[in-house]
Amino acid sequence: MADIPDELLRRSAAARAAAEGVSVEDILARWSGEAPAPQAPPAETAAPAATEVTPAPAPAAAALTVAEYAKAAAEASGMPEKLLMRSAQAKAKAQGVPIESVLADMAGLPDPGSAPAPAATSPTPQAAPAAAAALSTEQYAKAAAEASGMPEKLLMRSAQAKAKAQGVPVESVLADMAGLPDPGSAPALAPTGTNGTTAVATAPAPAPAAVPAGPPEGVRTQRLLTVVQADAIQQVKAEPTDKVNVWPHLLAVEFVALLVVTAVLIVISVIINAPLLEAANFNLTPNPSKAPWYFLGLQELLSYFDPMIAGVLIPGLIGLVGLMAIPYIDRNPSVRPADRKLAIMMFTFFLMGAATLVILGSFFRGPGFNFTYPWSDGVFFDDLKDWLE
Amino acid sequence: MTDGNGSGNGGGLKLRERMSDVGTRIRESQTWGSIFRPGSPFRAGYSDSPRNRSYVVMNNVLYHLHPVKVKRHGVRLSYTLCLGGLSFFLFILLTVTGIFLMFYYTPSAEAAYADTAALSTSVTFGGLVRNLHRWGAHFMVITVFLHMSRVFYHGAYKPPREFNWVIGVILLLLTLLLSFTGYLLPWDQLALWAVTVGGEMAGFTPVFGDQVTFALLGGVEISGATLLRFYVLHVLFLPFIIVIFMAVHFWRVRKDGGISGPL
Ligand code: HEM
Repeated sequence: MADIPDELLRRSAAARAAAEGVSVEDILARWSGEAPAPQAPPAETAAPAATEVTPAPAPAAAALTVAEYAKAAAEASGMPEKLLMRSAQAKAKAQGVPIESVLADMAGLPDPGSAPAPAATSPTPQAAPAAAAALSTEQYAKAAAEASGMPEKLLMRSAQAKAKAQGVPVESVLADMAGLPDPGSAPALAPTGTNGTTAVATAPAPAPAAVPAGPPEGVRTQRLLTVVQADAIQQVKAEPTDKVNVWPHLLAVEFVALLVVTAVLIVISVIINAPLLEAANFNLTPNPSKAPWYFLGLQELLSYFDPMIAGVLIPGLIGLVGLMAIPYIDRNPSVRPADRKLAIMMFTFFLMGAATLVILGSFFRGPGFNFTYPWSDGVFFDDLKDWLE
Repeated sequence: MTDGNGSGNGGGLKLRERMSDVGTRIRESQTWGSIFRPGSPFRAGYSDSPRNRSYVVMNNVLYHLHPVKVKRHGVRLSYTLCLGGLSFFLFILLTVTGIFLMFYYTPSAEAAYADTAALSTSVTFGGLVRNLHRWGAHFMVITVFLHMSRVFYHGAYKPPREFNWVIGVILLLLTLLLSFTGYLLPWDQLALWAVTVGGEMAGFTPVFGDQVTFALLGGVEISGATLLRFYVLHVLFLPFIIVIFMAVHFWRVRKDGGISGPL
């Protein structure tokens, strides 16, 4: 089966089984594609029968089964049967009536529990004449478009598809959409039952409306476009954690940190001037010539290795690609230092190595980039020139 | 508002009362209320309640950076050491001081050095701002590097944060490039020869070495064209790119579930 959790599946199977009056095992078997339960016809075969029932309900002479009611209600409301069934069950339970009544009500059919639909015999005055003279396809399309608020062209296309799928004429589908009586069926009866209020509320676009009347001005009807499985895009596991308000706890800390850094920077800037040597002169190479300090580690490496290694392999492969690849190489899920001894050791080694090289290049290299001791030969590090003098 | 020696300074008190009345009226005005959104501590009638504490962030542009609440360990200074935040703050500071410097600087081989020298001597606060910009840049390289180290030691690059680490490495590279391109701008001996050395290193790129150098320097060797090129990269192109990457970086911090940890 699809990856629906077992428990959910079982619950919905139980609901379905109760609704159809078959055993849970049959439902599960049917869903898993095994031998379909004999007494419950698969949904596909049930469909045509149900469609005949829907558009403008024929007087419900013989009470229908729950499944048929569900199908009719689903078609009338445009909601998936499964969802509808669940809500019908809840409603039936809450009101203490049989589920058939609720479904019939939703489908706009006469309540099987009540007396054989006396209401059904009193057709709504406006609806009758409309049905008497069958309209043309265009007229139906117009009415349906008005009733649903959808552009006629789109509506036509969807009606055609539906008609083809169900094997009924387009007019029937359109009439259904417009809430008009099906031209194909017997003289239509208004879907209003004795317990009319609910029926009116749930029936698609209740019949009483005359041909051109859609929903009242300014009222937008809703259509169900699709039902998406309730599966989050992101895994949000809300475990209770110890949290504090950002204001004031975090913002205060940040503000203080910002002030401290600004203060330190201002003090340094007052004490030490940025270096400005003589104007650039292409003919006068200073000795030593040093790169900016954060590249001095590389320059230091260049004095040991071939440029191919020190200038390309180490900074490019180890420096950039290697750093970016760390999360994909280190597959150890733990963040506890005790579990990450190797990773910590290697990174510390990398940091120490880089720092050592930068310090060597900055302070221990003099004329000709030869090794010097800063305490005996002086410092050749022009970034701090102002301060060192 | 009366106290023991009331009659003596009664006039002063009246003035004070009237002043505080003006303050209240300003804070209750429509204009004031339109500037500070509900929940702001600056609004009339602010009280320190959990609801208002949430509103301070939620009804604020800050909400794009911070959630309403964070894990308790995340606000301890000892966890992040504020290093990421400080990297960002230094970037802002460098932008502000950099704009100031741009008013006085011409990116041409003839004028650049003289402009820089004049900045330190004849512009009010010019020297200080230049120093702030320069030391701030060095600071930022250091804080970004330390931030990376703290992220590593916390294992904060582990799922689901792998890609934010990759974005971080790009930010590190961009920070270094920003610093390097700025290094040439004073057009003094230090700048010229440091960039010469750096340009030579770029030339070691396999296969395309000469092309990389040519693209970087705008010629076979450093010239006025290089200066202009570095200037545009430094003040426009690289800041533009780094801001985009920072935005994604911050967004990912939140989408990946906020600060990692606790350990
Ligand atoms: C311009 C440079 C950078 C800025 C402005 C910046 C900013 C930030 C900020 C504000 C945070 C929130 C937590 C904290 O403050 O520590 C953060 C987290 C993070 N940064 Fe950066 N960062 C930068 C560079 C980097 C670099 C170079 C790396 C790694 C190579 C990196 C990787 C990360 C990761 C993985 C997190 C999530 C950490 C956690 O959840 O604990 N960032 N960054």
